[in-house]
Amino acid sequence: MFKLPVEKLSALFAAVAGKEALYIPADDASGQARYQRWHEGMEMTHALNTVRSAKDFFFPQTENLVDFKVKGKEIEIIDPRTEHEDFVIFGVRACDARSFTVLDKVFLADPVDSYYKSRREHGTIVTLACTHPEETCFCSVFGIDPAQPEGDARCWMDEKNLYIEAVTEKGEAFVASVKDQLAEGGEEEVAAQQKATRAVVEKLPLHKLSLEGFGGENMLKLFNSDKWAGLSQSCLGCGTCTFVCPTCQCYDIRDFNTGDGVVRFRCWDSCMYSDFTKMSAGNPRLTQLERFRQRFMHKLVYFPANNNGEYGCVGCGRCLAKCPISMNIVKVAKTLAEEVR
Amino acid sequence: MQEMMLAKAKELLQSGAVQRVLGWQTGEFVYDITPAVFTSAEEMDEKFVYSDFCGNNLSKYLIKESRKEGKILVFLKPCDTYSFNQLIKEHRIVRENVYVVGVPCEGKTDGETLKAKGIKGILGIKAEGDNFVVETLYGEKTIAKADALPERCLNCKSKKHMVYDELLGEEGEVLDSHRFDMVEKLENMTPDERFEFWRGELSRCIRCNACRNVCPACSCEKCVFDNDNSGIAQKAAADSFEEKMFHIIRAFHVAGRCTDCGECSRVCPQNIPLHLLNRKFIKDINTFYGDFQAGEDTESRAPLTNYTKGDVEPSIVYHKGGKN
Repeated sequence: MFKLPVEKLSALFAAVAGKEALYIPADDASGQARYQRWHEGMEMTHALNTVRSAKDFFFPQTENLVDFKVKGKEIEIIDPRTEHEDFVIFGVRACDARSFTVLDKVFLADPVDSYYKSRREHGTIVTLACTHPEETCFCSVFGIDPAQPEGDARCWMDEKNLYIEAVTEKGEAFVASVKDQLAEGGEEEVAAQQKATRAVVEKLPLHKLSLEGFGGENMLKLFNSDKWAGLSQSCLGCGTCTFVCPTCQCYDIRDFNTGDGVVRFRCWDSCMYSDFTKMSAGNPRLTQLERFRQRFMHKLVYFPANNNGEYGCVGCGRCLAKCPISMNIVKVAKTLAEEVR
Repeated sequence: MQEMMLAKAKELLQSGAVQRVLGWQTGEFVYDITPAVFTSAEEMDEKFVYSDFCGNNLSKYLIKESRKEGKILVFLKPCDTYSFNQLIKEHRIVRENVYVVGVPCEGKTDGETLKAKGIKGILGIKAEGDNFVVETLYGEKTIAKADALPERCLNCKSKKHMVYDELLGEEGEVLDSHRFDMVEKLENMTPDERFEFWRGELSRCIRCNACRNVCPACSCEKCVFDNDNSGIAQKAAADSFEEKMFHIIRAFHVAGRCTDCGECSRVCPQNIPLHLLNRKFIKDINTFYGDFQAGEDTESRAPLTNYTKGDVEPSIVYHKGGKN
């Protein structure tokens, strides 16, 4: 383990940014935290997490897949991709770090999504342990330890120092590249901070949320529950939960007519929308109840059924904070628990 | 107040005067309130709540709920009654199926607003006089109620109900608010400054459609932006101009009908001050057609759907637009 005085953090960022693109969570003009490309003078946010998740780096909201240019009877097919630059994301929280392994199970499974894969290969993830979780946090339910995040390298920060250790080969390379700025040590300080953070986690109101019974074994019982009507009755059918979620991975592919060709792009989609997975006969889910049910069945039942019990949620709490009507996965899980226990 | 509301609802459910009650229900925390329809006294005893966090405007739910069989009781705060009236005017709510109970409002806060003031890890909250005492994971915090209120409540336009069948508590007054101050500030910018302001705000839009879906004035069966056949359906912005187009078209479409309830800005996950677009239209309508407040009544013709000989000429656009 290595350490660096916090007042030297900017120098560390400058050294990293000198070699590759560096992104950190920083406050924007509206006072909200989002990942931004670091430049001299930019400071880390004091917010616990960014409004949008870190999935944007690997799965952006919109992305051009292929261009078609039409000239007379000729159609030229153009791959719009350019070689991706190497980049570092610094300050990713434990929940978002785990979300990448959830997304990997979708995008890196056969057939591999080459757009996603390329970004994953070029990105180095440096995580930052939490010290002040919010009441909306429930990552511990998914076996995530906010005091010991995953990632290529992980950091802890207190008032004096930043502590860093490499986790993967990529992380080793990252730490080696800035080693001249680091001093050895910090094990004791980190252990003390972890102990304090874990004590807060024990006190979190959602820490003991149980997902027992959720998964493929109770699929039909959960699907046919009469509780969905009440849970979904006030749902606005907006895409807020989907778009702030670090693990939601559904997208639509559309053609944009440029006049002399077509730009084929993909963009995030939401199962909450009336035109989601629309086919010749329309949307297979005619009511908001069915759309609402799809989102939570996917995260709590279908995904674990297909991925060795791993849920499609990391407990970041963004949907709890942002849903306009305050309906969310925690309320759904607690209400449906009666069906399976 | 919650006790009075509960008693009233249970009385009307029991007598059969109403079959359902539209109100708010408790959540996991103190602030995460969800709109809900109740059908029994037991259900209401268990979950019904009316607190400083019941900000959701319930009027729009009545488009669907008033078309169901039987009568529904709805609790409306003063600003919600404007939306209700406007929806009645647009023939979107079946009035005879609704029993409106007006309830007073001293302003509604929410978790996001408290967090923006630096209060983290909210576990519980108590109102003590003019303050909230918040129990958090990191100790007790005190915040003045006035500091805990969102912009729309700080600039409340009315504590008076525009419609009710029955009123609980004291009736308030229409207020002199400062709600157009920020619009004026924007008007006094140069076009370039104003463009920069809106580009900064709207570039954060993630097209989640929460503003549209919560808006009582957005009650189209099928929105043009969801209609593949419209040619402009979009799930994502193709460029930064489209983001502006969505919000500006929406603002035009609700012009003269928007009551300024402020739900659009409350629900925006990116904290975009969308209400400012609507307020600009309201302010312009007041200036060019005389004072008009949508939702004040159910009968009058709105300036933009009416014609009088005194109407401004279209050429007015050359004379407005703020500083150059």
